[in-house]
Amino acid sequence: MKRILLALLLLIIAVPAVIIGTEFIDHDDAPTLPASVNTEQQVARGAYLARAGDCMACHTARGGQPYAGGRAIPTPFGTLYAPNITADKETGLGSWSAKDFWRALHHGKAKDGSFLYPAFPYPNYTKVTREDADALFAYLQTVKPVRQVNQEHALRFPYNYRILLAGWRALYFTPGSYAPEDKQSVEWNRGAYLVQGLGHCSACHTTRNAFGATVDKSDLAGGLIPIMNWYAPSLTSDAEAGLGKWETEHITALLKTGVSPRSTVFGPMAEVVGQSLQHLNDGDIRAMAVYLKSLPQNDPPPALETAQPDKATADRILQTGGKIYEQQCAECHKADGQGMPPAYPPMSGNRALTMGSAVNPIRMVLNGGFPPATGGNPRPYGMPPFGQALNDQEVAAVVSYIRNSWENRAGFVSPQEVNRYRSIPLE
Amino acid sequence: MLMTCLLPTVHAQSQQTLPDTIAQRVVACTTCHGKEGRASSDGFYPRIAGKPEGYLFNQLTNFRDGRRQYPLMTYLLDHLSDAYLHEIANYFSERHPPYPAPQPGDATPAVLERGRNLVMNGDSSKKVPACIACHGQALTGVTPAVPGLIGLPRDYINSQFGAWRNGVRKAKAPDCMARIAQKLTLEDINAASSWLAAQPVPEGAVPAAATTVKLPLACGSVTE
Repeated sequence: MKRILLALLLLIIAVPAVIIGTEFIDHDDAPTLPASVNTEQQVARGAYLARAGDCMACHTARGGQPYAGGRAIPTPFGTLYAPNITADKETGLGSWSAKDFWRALHHGKAKDGSFLYPAFPYPNYTKVTREDADALFAYLQTVKPVRQVNQEHALRFPYNYRILLAGWRALYFTPGSYAPEDKQSVEWNRGAYLVQGLGHCSACHTTRNAFGATVDKSDLAGGLIPIMNWYAPSLTSDAEAGLGKWETEHITALLKTGVSPRSTVFGPMAEVVGQSLQHLNDGDIRAMAVYLKSLPQNDPPPALETAQPDKATADRILQTGGKIYEQQCAECHKADGQGMPPAYPPMSGNRALTMGSAVNPIRMVLNGGFPPATGGNPRPYGMPPFGQALNDQEVAAVVSYIRNSWENRAGFVSPQEVNRYRSIPLE
Repeated sequence: MLMTCLLPTVHAQSQQTLPDTIAQRVVACTTCHGKEGRASSDGFYPRIAGKPEGYLFNQLTNFRDGRRQYPLMTYLLDHLSDAYLHEIANYFSERHPPYPAPQPGDATPAVLERGRNLVMNGDSSKKVPACIACHGQALTGVTPAVPGLIGLPRDYINSQFGAWRNGVRKAKAPDCMARIAQKLTLEDINAASSWLAAQPVPEGAVPAAATTVKLPLACGSVTE
């Protein structure tokens, strides 16, 4: 008996020790590259890659100095605060080397070797090449140093113990690199590299499990973004945002300008287009579009989330909703649901409205919104918020109407569901 | 599939019917702020029409960049550029819809007199300048960045003072109104807002032209 207990104890201590020990080792270090001959070119490339990685969005607080950190990243485990990555020696990355930076991006570790929280999307960034990582670092070293001490993360126990990330990493993270697929074109591979790596699309467009891990790093099958409560649609489903049947030009328009003849970006994707994608060159945007269009579109349509009303109730709701649509929506989105794209997206056939989760259309009706002002769409048309004018029943009726008119068929929305989204934070 | 086939025609039609105007682009604003920005009838959403362009632009960027707190405004403006916000500010600064008659108030004559005195003369014992020293002799504001004070509901003025006092509303430093708000008592604020809200706005009222008169205290939002 004693022996068994001893063995158990050893196991309890030894296994985590081995896991932690293993995680501390950097297994596949890339060789240090020779210093770039043309620094100016490298810095310019790094600036471009920083846009592709949307680094500024997280590493800049609202109204704060660029890259000086401080933006709160809410997660189910508590709030993380993005660190200062300006060239400041004491509070930023000023004392880091290119190798330290590579280790952060590729291995998810800080300069002192401690594990980084995966809110920093290193499960994606690990695919970034050493050359690109060095260019990014060279650029960040040119960013105006800002002295701003990092704010401590406010994570709940036990998540505040970084050492426990060893277990998380053992389960969900393997350092890797992007391996080009020979069967595919150079363009497709470029798109895949951007989408899977710096673009970190899967950080939102993939469901996270109870431990905050994207279950399959590159499956892009959609998911509700925790805390923010926007649904990032599946990019592998025809019923959601799968792009297999879209014309490439419509995809590139949406990514680059925020608007397209088919739909318009809003919520967190408006930020991605506004801060990142609009700054990418046409070749890279097209490459991403080509890759996204090629993703298998085989996810089944999602099951209905709420109990559905009987026929008589449904008819009554649709009648109420139809009246509201006529009064409030039809001027822009038109009685036939065709909208006036690209200013006002079509309702008919717009999959953003008919997904299993109705959170996005509910929030659009409650809060309205502007697409991002971009080079290709500098003066976007806005949608008014209707949260003040319409009560929960009315919002539920009009969203149900939009989800079940023209060619749209999707679940009805309940007033309770609408009410839930009135009080969630908007930022 | 059907939609894809229809698209080119729909697109062509839309081009004809969609007004390519700033007014059409900002219907998202007028839903709450009223037609042409004339304010809502409930006294909660302030009038934005006819306020100086610089003032409106400052407030738009203050909301966008977190110096003023109203989550819906921040959300709406989050991804709009300075250039576009200038255009929006300019549009509303040039609207001059009629003002409604002042809302009936319940302030006593003594309170109103105290308010008038504060607005016209300030309070030298507290080193608070008169409102008219910055906001114009007619209290209709001064271009480019000082807003008018008449034609606003009392509740709106009171809530702004509350926000300055507890740091929820900020402007670019030095934040002159935050300093003034700290020096005034709640009674002072209520007196001034009651009197201001009771003043009818003369027809054709517009912000006064910028003068070279030195402001009684430094304001970060007026330096440009």
